[in-house]
Amino acid sequence: MTWFATLIVATAASAALGDPAMAARARALDQEIRCVQCENEPIAQSTADIAADMRRLVRERIAAGESDDEIRHFFRQRYGDFVLFRPPFDPRTWLLWLAPLLLLAAGAIALVRRAPPASGLGGPEEGDR
Amino acid sequence: MIAEIGAFSVALALALSLAQALLGLGAGASPPRAAAASACAQAAALLCLMGFACLIAVFVVSDFSVSTVASNSHIDKPLLYKIAGAWGNHEGSMLLWCLVSAVFGAVLGTLRGGQAMGPWSKAVGVQGAVTAGALIYTLFLSNPFARLDPAPMQGSGLNPLLQDPALAAHPPMLYLGYVGLSVPFSMAIAALIEGRADQAWARALRPWTLIAWTCLTLGIGLGAYWAYYELGWGGWWFWDPVENASFMPWLAAAALIHSAIVTERRGSLASWTILLAILGFGLALLGTFLVRSGVLTSVHAFAVDPSRGIAVLVLLAIAMGVGFTLYAIRAPKLAQPRGFAAISRESMLVLNNFGLAVAAGVVLIGTLYPLLVEALGGGLISVGPPFFNATVAPLLGLLFVLLPLGPMLTWRVGDLRQALKRMIPAAALAALTFIGSLVLADWRVAPAIGLAVGVWLIAGGLIYLWMRVRRGEGRALAKLAVLPLAVWSMSLAHIGAGVLTLGAIAETAFREERGVALAPGESVEFAGRRMTLLEVGDAEGPNYSATRARLRVERGGDVDTLATERRFYPTAPAPTTEVGILSAWDGDIYVALGEAVRDRPGVWALRLYHNPLVQLIFLGATMMGAGGLLSLIALQRRRRAP
Repeated sequence: MTWFATLIVATAASAALGDPAMAARARALDQEIRCVQCENEPIAQSTADIAADMRRLVRERIAAGESDDEIRHFFRQRYGDFVLFRPPFDPRTWLLWLAPLLLLAAGAIALVRRAPPASGLGGPEEGDR
Repeated sequence: MIAEIGAFSVALALALSLAQALLGLGAGASPPRAAAASACAQAAALLCLMGFACLIAVFVVSDFSVSTVASNSHIDKPLLYKIAGAWGNHEGSMLLWCLVSAVFGAVLGTLRGGQAMGPWSKAVGVQGAVTAGALIYTLFLSNPFARLDPAPMQGSGLNPLLQDPALAAHPPMLYLGYVGLSVPFSMAIAALIEGRADQAWARALRPWTLIAWTCLTLGIGLGAYWAYYELGWGGWWFWDPVENASFMPWLAAAALIHSAIVTERRGSLASWTILLAILGFGLALLGTFLVRSGVLTSVHAFAVDPSRGIAVLVLLAIAMGVGFTLYAIRAPKLAQPRGFAAISRESMLVLNNFGLAVAAGVVLIGTLYPLLVEALGGGLISVGPPFFNATVAPLLGLLFVLLPLGPMLTWRVGDLRQALKRMIPAAALAALTFIGSLVLADWRVAPAIGLAVGVWLIAGGLIYLWMRVRRGEGRALAKLAVLPLAVWSMSLAHIGAGVLTLGAIAETAFREERGVALAPGESVEFAGRRMTLLEVGDAEGPNYSATRARLRVERGGDVDTLATERRFYPTAPAPTTEVGILSAWDGDIYVALGEAVRDRPGVWALRLYHNPLVQLIFLGATMMGAGGLLSLIALQRRRRAP
C-alpha cells in the first residue's frame, strides 16, 4: 500500500501545496536554489523547463514531510554545492562566514588605536548648520 | 565615413588627455601650464563627445558595416533603443566611460572652486591620466568603430530584456556614478603628491562625491525598478555579483560623503578621507571589471569577455598600486587631526564610516569568495542572498539605529542624553511598530525588527526637522520655509533610507504569491481581491508579437483592469514577460502571464503576486537621490554667498 500513498502524495504535491505554511516554505526554497540550466537565476525566477521540474521536486519533498535542510541536502547531493545560494558552513567557508565579525573586530581595534586625542576640549565652539 | 571621424576624434582625445596629464602633473606653480592642462581637458572632452555622437549616428542609421552596430542593433528597433544601443554594449559603454571621465576632467579644469593652484592642477593631471588609460583600453582592446567586411544585411538585435526605457537610462547613470568617483581619486592623489589635504581641498571634494553617490543611487534604483517589473517574478535585488559591483562603490561613496564633511568642517579624518577616495575608485574599477569580464556567473552575463577583463584588472592594479604606494609614503605626514570627544558629531560620523566600510568589505568578500574557493581547489560554491541577508542586512540595521542620533549631536562634544531624550517619540513609535508587526505577522521577529528600524529612521528625521524649526523666533511655518537647504537635503536622504527599509522588509517578508490556471471568465480570490481573467488575445508591437491577457481586479466597490503580455521577439530565442502591475496604497498586485496549459484548451497559467509596500523601495531610493541633488545645490549656493 505504500506505493499507493506515495502516488497520492506526489499527485497532490505536483498540483500545489494546499497548506499556506508549506507553500511559503516552498517559495523560500525556490529563492535559494539556483536553476542549473541558466545558472544565474533562482528557480523561482527561471522560465526553463528544468527549473519547473526542480520547483516540483521541492513541493513533492515538502509534501512528503522533509525538512528544509533535508531538501537542501538532497539538491546538494544531486547537483553539488553550486546549486545552493546559501554557502555551506565548512572549513572552506569558515573565513567567509566569520568575515563580518573579523572585519568588525579589526575596525574596532583600528578605531581605538588611532582615535585622535580628546584633549583640550571645551564647550562646543561652533554650532551645527 | 562617420565611423572613421569618430575613431579619429577618440584618438585625438587620447593624445590630448596624455598632454593634460603631463601638463597638469608638471605644472608646479606655473599658471600657464595649468591653464594649458585645463584647455587640453576641455578639448579632449569635446572630442570624446564628438566620438560618442558619431557612435550614436552609426546606430541611428543602422550602419551594419560597423561591427558594434551589427552585433547589437536591428533595423526594426524603435529609434529610442537604436540610440540607447550605442551604450547598451561593451564597446559603446567603454566609450561612454571615457566620455564621462573626459567631461568631468574638463569641468574640474574649468571650475577651480577655491582650491590652491598646486593640488588643483595636479588633480586635473591625474584625471587626464585616468581618461587616457580608459581611452587606450577603448581604442586598442574594444574599438567601437571597428568595421566588418563584408557588412551583414541585418543586425542581430539587442537583448529584448534590455529594450526598456528604465534600462536605457540605467547604464549612463551608473557610469556617471562609477566615473564620478574618479575625480575624488584624482584629488586624493593630488593631495598626497602635494602633501596636504586641508579644508579647502575637502570643500572642493564634496560636490564630486555627491554627484557620484547621487548618480549611483539613481542608477541602482532604476536597475532595481527594471528588475522588478521586467524579470517577471517581483525580485528587485538579488545580491547578484554585478549588483554587488555597483553596491560596493555606493557604500564607499556614502562613507566618503560623510567623512569629507568632517574634513571640511573640522579638518579631521583627512587621511581616512583620502584612503576612502582611493578605495572608492578602486571599487568602481572593480565593478567595471566584474561586469566586463563575466568572471562571476551573473544575470548580467551578456557582457562577457575574459581577455578584456584582464586589461581592466591591469588598469585597476596601476591605479590602486600608485594610490596605495603614495598613501603609504605621504599619509603619515598629513596634518594632525583635531580632537573630538567620544560622543560628538564627529564620532557618530566615524561610526557611520566604520559601518559602511565593514559592509562594503563583507560585500566584497562575499562576492569574490567563490573565486577564491575555486582557485584553491575547493570546487564551485555559491554565495547568494541567504549569506548577504544574514550579514550585511543586520550591519546596516545597526548603522540605521545610530543614524538619527548623528545630526542631533554637536561638533566636538555632544550631549547624548539630550539627543536620546529627543528621540523618545521615535523610540515609542518603533516599539509600537515592533509589537504590532509581531502580533499581526505570526510572531516573526526579524521583519518586526526591520520595520521598527525603518520607523525609527523616519521618525528621527522628522524630529530633527522639528527641532530645527523650533529653534529661534517666529512662526513655525515661516521658519520651515527658511530652513537651510542643507538641513532639508540631509533629512530627505535619511528619511528616504527609512522609507526604503520599510518597503524592502515588507516586500521581502510578507510577499504573497500564487500560481493559478484560468480560462477567460473564471475568477479567483487573491490577497483580498477578486481577480477575473477577461480575455487572452494577440497583440503586435513594433518589433515583436505578443499574447496579451486582461484581468479585472475587484476589491470592495473598486474595479480596475490590468494587462500582462508574453512577447516574442524574432531575434530572441525565448519569450519575455511583461507583467501587469496595479499599485494601491498598501502594495502592488503583480500578474505575470505564463503558457497555455497543456491538455486544457483556452486555459492559461498565471502567476499572481501581492508585493506589500514595494513602491516604498523606489520612493525611498528617489528620496535619497533627491537629497543628494539638493545637497549639491546647497553646496553651490554656499559657495556663491561666502
